[in-house]
Amino acid sequence: MTMNDQPTIITSISKGRAWVFGDNINTDIIIPFRFKSRTNDPYEMAKYAMYGFDPDFHKKISKGDIVIAGRNFGGGSSREQAPVALKYAGISAVIAESFARIFYRNAFTIGLPALEIPEIKGKVNQGDEIKIDITKFTAENIRTKETFHARKVPEFMRQMLLEGGLVEYYKKYKQFPWIQS
Amino acid sequence: MQTTSSSLQQQEKQDVSHSKNILDNKSLTFAEKVISIKNVETRNKKSQIISMAGDIVIVDVDLAMAQDSTGPLAIRSLNEMGIDKLHDPSKALLVIDHTFPAADEKVANLHALIRDFVSKHNCMKIEGSISHQHILEYLATPGMMILGADSHTCQAGCVSAFATGIGSTEIAAVWATGQLWLRVPETIKINLSGTFNKGVFARDLILDYIGKVGEDGANYKALEWKFSNDYVKRQFSMDSRACISNASMECGAKISVFPTDEITTKYLDENPRINNNMEGKIEIQPGNSAKYKDEFEIECDKIEPQVSGPDNIDKVHSIGELANVEIDQAFIGSSTNGRIEDLEIAAHMLKGRKVHKNTRCVVTPASVKVYEDAIRRGYVEIYLEAGAVFTNATCGACVGTHLGALGENEICISSSSRNFVGRMGALSSKVYLASPATVAASAIEGKIADPRRYL
Repeated sequence: MTMNDQPTIITSISKGRAWVFGDNINTDIIIPFRFKSRTNDPYEMAKYAMYGFDPDFHKKISKGDIVIAGRNFGGGSSREQAPVALKYAGISAVIAESFARIFYRNAFTIGLPALEIPEIKGKVNQGDEIKIDITKFTAENIRTKETFHARKVPEFMRQMLLEGGLVEYYKKYKQFPWIQS
Repeated sequence: MQTTSSSLQQQEKQDVSHSKNILDNKSLTFAEKVISIKNVETRNKKSQIISMAGDIVIVDVDLAMAQDSTGPLAIRSLNEMGIDKLHDPSKALLVIDHTFPAADEKVANLHALIRDFVSKHNCMKIEGSISHQHILEYLATPGMMILGADSHTCQAGCVSAFATGIGSTEIAAVWATGQLWLRVPETIKINLSGTFNKGVFARDLILDYIGKVGEDGANYKALEWKFSNDYVKRQFSMDSRACISNASMECGAKISVFPTDEITTKYLDENPRINNNMEGKIEIQPGNSAKYKDEFEIECDKIEPQVSGPDNIDKVHSIGELANVEIDQAFIGSSTNGRIEDLEIAAHMLKGRKVHKNTRCVVTPASVKVYEDAIRRGYVEIYLEAGAVFTNATCGACVGTHLGALGENEICISSSSRNFVGRMGALSSKVYLASPATVAASAIEGKIADPRRYL
């Protein structure tokens, strides 16, 4: 995709091709420090999405594609630029067996669906078409017709995600989502 | 309505008595105690709410920090939300430490954005000391609620603070409201016994632990460190505790805390706090009958010098397995191991010796205070005579942004925090992590080397 496209609009249902990764994909792989610390522009950050895996990753993906990963996705740094880079590069969701704590919070905060599905391991091949539903918090592998249920999150986190993240939520309601719950 | 001073005093008295009940409660973990005290419901309902592991709680935050690589995004989010007033600027801290002084124009512009924000809102700002070390030296107190847009914020657990990392936009929300939601973590208790052998330090202990439990071994959990007796306790200086609390992030820990004891009290007496948080000075011990998710035993005398890496922190080896791996750079410093105790041991080893001709050695203190101590004690001179470079306090080399980045295929042994792919520079470079003593021995030999022969 080109860098000036809008990021993937989060809707309750989306479809995309799977990019399959292993365990412990840390935030230095997702976006190295020396790039993320030299810009405050999400589209610039997107050029370095998954740089540690493949510097051309952002050119190879299509809008809506989905990252599938193993254990502890997003470990390491607190950098919010990690989910931001993935989202603005066109990734519509990350599904992992488990997430590192700060990445998981950050993903919801910036409006990138993060679905924790321990049994996803071995159930998705590279390029499979995946359908996710963030109202129901499910993911379906279209090829195998298998549906997986993600770990539930507090309702305020889901609401925040459906609005597109904390900033969008605040702009709409002039209130932080956890205050009401 | 005007609040009279007597009703304010009454409120404070009530708060103190609520806190005291919680502090004396024997069935609560450290995390449950602090979150119970900071729970905004307790303040609103004027009766103590007890928060247990698994609860989701909104807490009052005492300090919210962002640094030069996370602050700009926090400022951006605040601007996008249209919030132009901070809840309490005296609790907001911005630190310019990661790429300090600015390495290039792009960084300089982001530093300027931070300085403008600080002067507009009149919040705290520090340039040129690493945030975690500054917070330890001047701000953190037992029971304080500290959130930082930096994963190693958990370092302040060494002085019994509840300290953890979050993202930039959430820090913006804390600056706006003074509050945030937290999930009360389950706790793993780690019992420490035995005496360290020669050449073994706090860093070896935490690397050994992470090697056993894995990079997500404490994900979402609190770690509570417990000493089996006073003799064991005295081995763990404040600098050693800071190293352990800091590096606990590498197995995913949300907080990593030491109980308040005489070492904490002495440290706080010798390093006066510059904020007002010493009012209501408290000590926090976890309850004797608190419920733990897991318990773990570490016998210090069973640990050997450890080396972690490359590419993952839980790939931990005993020194003998990697001896003779040739290195291009040896790095001593960072927030994980850049304190005076660290610079002392490495200086002791390098005194009268030279850094190997095929290796460069970079030394970076964690703060201005550590730098000044190192000058006063003559360590800087020792490093320079040995052929090392002594830099200002910064996160530079640790994150590969300046002052010690690695080129293609280069190999570095480092006392810094992480060895992830490309962490210190080129994707093909490799980083091994070890204690400052092991790094100093390796600097002398030009290959990964056992520190024990220099001690």
